[in-house]
This record gives sequence, structure tokens and C-alpha cells, in this order.
Amino acid sequence: MKKIGLVAAMTAISVSFASASISADTLSTVKKKGYLNCGVSTGLPGFSNPDDKGKWQGLDVDVCRAVAAAALGDEKKVKYIPLTAKERFTALQSGEIDILSRNTTWTLTRDVSLGLNFAGVNYYDGQGFMVSKSLGVKSAKELDGAAVCIQSGTTTELNLADYFRQHGMKYTPVVFDTSDQTVKGFEAGRCDVLTSDQSQLYALKIKLSKPNNAMVLPEIISKEPLGPVVKQGDDKWFNIVKWSLFAMINAEELSLASDNIDAKKKAKNPEVKRFVQSDGPIAKQLGLNQDWAYQVVKQVGNYGESFDRNVGKNSPLNIDRGVNSLWSKGGFMYAPPMR
Amino acid sequence: MPENKHNLATGNVSFWNDPAKRSLVFQAILFLAVFAVGYIIYQNTQHNLESRGITTGFEFLDAEAGFGIIQSLIPYDETHSYGRTFVVGLLNTILVAALGIFFATILGFLIGVARLSHNWLIARIAAVYIEIFRNIPLLLQIFFWYFAVLRLLPGPRQSLELANVAFLNVRGVYLPSPVLGEGFSWVLAALVLALIVIFFIKRWARRRQSETGDQFPVFWASLGVLIGLPFIVFLLSGASLQWEIPELKGFNFRGGLTIIPELSALLIALTIYTAAFIAEIVRSGIESISKGQTEAARALGVSPGKTLQLVIIPQAMRVIIPPLTSQYLNLIKNSSLATAIGYPDLVSVFAGTTLNQTGQAIEVISMTMAVYLTLSLLVSLFMNWYNKRMALVER
Repeated sequence: MKKIGLVAAMTAISVSFASASISADTLSTVKKKGYLNCGVSTGLPGFSNPDDKGKWQGLDVDVCRAVAAAALGDEKKVKYIPLTAKERFTALQSGEIDILSRNTTWTLTRDVSLGLNFAGVNYYDGQGFMVSKSLGVKSAKELDGAAVCIQSGTTTELNLADYFRQHGMKYTPVVFDTSDQTVKGFEAGRCDVLTSDQSQLYALKIKLSKPNNAMVLPEIISKEPLGPVVKQGDDKWFNIVKWSLFAMINAEELSLASDNIDAKKKAKNPEVKRFVQSDGPIAKQLGLNQDWAYQVVKQVGNYGESFDRNVGKNSPLNIDRGVNSLWSKGGFMYAPPMR
Repeated sequence: MPENKHNLATGNVSFWNDPAKRSLVFQAILFLAVFAVGYIIYQNTQHNLESRGITTGFEFLDAEAGFGIIQSLIPYDETHSYGRTFVVGLLNTILVAALGIFFATILGFLIGVARLSHNWLIARIAAVYIEIFRNIPLLLQIFFWYFAVLRLLPGPRQSLELANVAFLNVRGVYLPSPVLGEGFSWVLAALVLALIVIFFIKRWARRRQSETGDQFPVFWASLGVLIGLPFIVFLLSGASLQWEIPELKGFNFRGGLTIIPELSALLIALTIYTAAFIAEIVRSGIESISKGQTEAARALGVSPGKTLQLVIIPQAMRVIIPPLTSQYLNLIKNSSLATAIGYPDLVSVFAGTTLNQTGQAIEVISMTMAVYLTLSLLVSLFMNWYNKRMALVER
């Protein structure tokens, strides 16, 4: 009996893997399907969150839209698949999604051992702490003995342990599955501190019933470069995702935006010209249409537009551009030239 | 022995017409087929994993885990290995399953008996209890206890307290924990001695009853010995036990014993839910016993309580045990819903966090499944053994 059970169990696992066996070429499968499967979060304002009409919006969602615009010519041809932190890598490995664009931190382990490729960084983040003001805490160094709400299966969980160990402090981890539950736990007083990437803290803060009672502590305890991820072994697709993101960043640098790119079609500037018309051989090498970069900017906008709309000055989060400014304005955002 | 007869009658039977040999062949073929399919699946998986650059193997179990776990029955901190997180999760699963089975059995029997009570009100209350809790999904019940009930408790600084040693707040129940001093082993020895004494009291009482018919209050005598003997030794050894009382320090209570609300919520939900099913099983068991048994016992002047205890329940157990086993197995498997509220059970800690940090899905999930399979088989093995002992021996 036991043997049969084991065999059945093994079958169950591997069938799920086998059925999603590698299709060497994601681009042609996506074209055949007519849409893109994009793994997003289960709801994080500013990054990937459905609006009141159920339409997905956010900085991470814009990456999905940009890839769809580049690969299929239409930013709307995306199917969004909400995933918890725990589910995301398995979903990508098994081919359930074509891109993972879900505030995922680029780390060495993830890059080398999970069969994944990080296609760039669309937000430079760092881990911070949120506490309720009534606690009277001004610094993370005063948190000895605190109960901390965390989302499970994140780099956050590891950084937290490192930070407290390094400073000789103790903590009680209260681990939840989704960011929603984490906020609920924090609000109910199950924990003193909520820890997450700073951007998420601001996003979660506006979800609180009384956002003004909470504050974010000044310490940033880690580097969290967040960006889209694809499966290893399909370089063509990897390039498409990578360059869709780069196109958005380059567009901002060239002052190409969704509202002016039509006017610039006839521009003299060779760089702009290259961008808008995308020289033939390059587009062909990528496996895309001539106007792929134009479509990205026309339909989704440049990186700055996306930032302002979703997390920046035109959004309720109102996060400062800070290190996410272009390199030419003192930030880290730097895309290789498109030539 | 029909085969032998057949053989004798015909003298010589061809290989294919011999049912015994034929079935052997088919079993061998089936076994080979199953094995081959298993092997192909294994190869295929290995190949796919390799071609995708996903690391395989069990080496990750020795790597440092680096994350904290809120409750562990064995010493654990961030520096321990992923293998250790497996054990921590496993023990937490066993803890909640064992406690759940214990409480659900008691509550289930009480409700089941109450359901058959002649008191209209008691019988109705039991019936309503069963219908309500049997018909609401367990996950909702867990959420209800965790998010709706336990969350109403006050914060650490406004804790409800009992005699300044026990505290209750939204972070859990804080109890004094025993600190064993020197000489406490004598108390434990006394406890063992008390158990042995009780065994002999029981034997002696039974013999006396069968000889003289006099009954001896075995229960009260045993209780007296069980508490009295260790207590006397405890006093003689100079009260070698101290209590560490939880204290409000900084953010929360420190010291003492903590029962986290995740455990409480899960345990309450599992107990109440499973008890409703057990109650119905107990009721059906009792109802399966002929009314004549009760009437006969009553005619002999046996009290209603004793009738239930000595005549009805032992016979009903034969009907009760097999479905009860299923409920125990359900409870064990249902405990994996813990992950929904963050109780650090095997699924949450190992198949959750560890899986996510290492990405070794196949290894982690097979280990987790093997655990549930083993636990279930053990329980089922034990219950089958118990069932055999209780079964009616026909002479």
C-alpha cells in the first residue's frame, strides 16, 4: 500500500511538471495564445493592484503591459495571475506564467539555483520597519523583544533575522501568507512592527484604517533591487523582456513620452530616430515588429510616466523618485543604449 | 482448496489455466508496469529540472535556514539548518494533531451522549451544535476564531490577568513555567511509583470484587495516590520546583510559558469541528445497541451512568472505532490549514518558507507528503489494532 501511495504521489508531482514541459520558445507560444501570462502580486497598491473596475494597475503591471506591447503590439493582451510570495517561483518554473513581475528581489541564490533569470531592475528598494506611533519608538535599534509581522517566503524574512542577530536583539516572528493578512495582523496588535520593503510599507500604510497612527522608521536594513523575472533557457524571451524594460527607461532619457512620441516620429536626432523606427535587423533579431519600442512608449509610457502615475507624485503613495531617478539626475536608473 | 481438487481431477493443467500461476504472472506484469512508469516519471523530472538549471538533491537540508519560527518544541534559532526547520514543523504538526485528537474525542463523546439525553433541552443543544459546526467549512471556522474572536482581546499593556501570574492578551496566553530544581527527579520517581501502586490497587480491587462482591472506590483511591505520593516527596525534597512568572518588559511579556493565539485558534477550530463528526459517530454507535441491553442492566439495578459506562459504550465502541479512525486522519490532515493563520506547522514552515527560500519544490513536497502518509498510516495501524482488541470475539 505504502509503495502504491508513493508512486501515486510521485506521479502527481511530476505530471504537473511534465505537462508544462519546456517549450523552447516562449515568444511563439505567446503569439499563438494571443496573450501573455503575467504573474503579479495578490494586491499591492502602486505595484500591482486591481483598481475599482478590476483592471490591474501598477509599476510591475506596466512591465507586463510593455512586454505585451512589444511582443504582441497590444498592451491589453495580458492575463494577470495573482501569486503569493510562496507560489511565485514555482509558477514561473512550471510555465504557468511567462513573466514574473511581482516586486521580487534579485539575489544570488535565486539567480543561480532556481532556474530563473532576472531581466533588470524596475525599482530600487530597501527593507524598513513600520510601527504604530503610540509605541513611542524612534529607531529600529529600540525594537529588542518586539513581535514582527512578516510575509512568508520573502527575502525580508531573512534580512530581519540577520538584522536582529547582528544587533544582539530578540524578536518574535509572526508570519503570514499574504500582505493583506500581514496588515490585518499589524492592525489588530498581533505584532508591534511590520517589516517589508519600504515601498511596500508606504503602500500598506494607506491600506490601514488609520494611516496616520503608523510611522515608518528611518532605518533601511537591506538592498532590494526589484525587477521582472523569466525562466532560464530561453534567451530570446529573456532579451525581449529585458529590452522592453530598457526601452521604457531609455525613452525617459530621450524625453519620449506617450503624448509626444507621434510628434517625434520625424525627429532628426539619430538616437530618437533609431528608437522610434527601430532599425530592421535589430527588431528581427529580437523577433519583434519594427515599431516595438514605439508601441511600448505609445501604449504604456516611459519609465518616469509609469513611476509618477503608479507610485510617484500623481499617485496616493507619493513616493519620492530618490534613487529611482535617472542616472543623469542622480539616481540608479540606467539602461544600456539602444543601438 | 479448489485448485488442488482441480489438479487432482485433471492430473495436469496447462500454465495458463492454473489460476494461482496466472495471477502471479499478472501481478508481476503489473508490478513491472508500475515500476517502469515510476522510473520514466523520475527520469523525465530529473531531465527537466536539469535542463532548466534548477538545483536538485537534499544537500539544502544542511544549509543555514536564517529565518525565525515563532514556536518550536526543540531549541531553534536562525542559525540552525533547513533540516531542523523540518523537525520543528513536524513537531508542531504533531502537537496540534495530538491535542486536537485528545480534545475532539472528549468533546465528541460528551456531545454524542448528550444528543441522546432524555432531557429535551440538552439533546436539542447538542443537535444544534452538531448541525452548525458540521456544516461550516473548517477554514472559515479557523478564520472566525483567529480573526474575529481572538483578535478582540486587549493589547499586551491592557492584558487580562489572573492573580498576577497568568495573562491573556492578543499575543497569546502567558502562564508561569516550571523551573525544575535539584532533587526534582525524586518527585518524578514518586510519580512512576504511584502509577505502579495504582496498577496493583486495581488488580486487588477486581479480585476482591469477584470474591466478595464488595466494590472498592478505585478511582478516588488512585487519584489520591497519584497526587498524594509525589506531593509528599515534593515537600520532603525541599520544594525543588520554582515557577517563572511572565513579566511585562518592553514590548511584551517575557519569561514563562506562552501559548500563541495561532495555536489556540487552530486547536479550537479543529476540536469543535471534528467533535461534531465524532458526536454523530458516537450517537450511531450507541443507537446500534439493542434497547434490551439497557433494560436488562436496569432490571439488575445498575445505575444509568454505570449502564452507559459498563454495558452500552463498550459494545458501541465496535461500531464507533472504524469511522472514528477516519475522523482522526481527517484531523491530522486538516491541521495543515494552519498555514492560513500563520501557525508554524510543517506545511507552513517547511513546505512554505523553506520551500520558498530554497526553491527545492520536489524534494520538499515529497518529504511533506511522506510525513502525512506516515502519520496517517501509524494512526490507522494503531486504531486497527485497538479495533481488533475491542472486536466481538465469537466463541
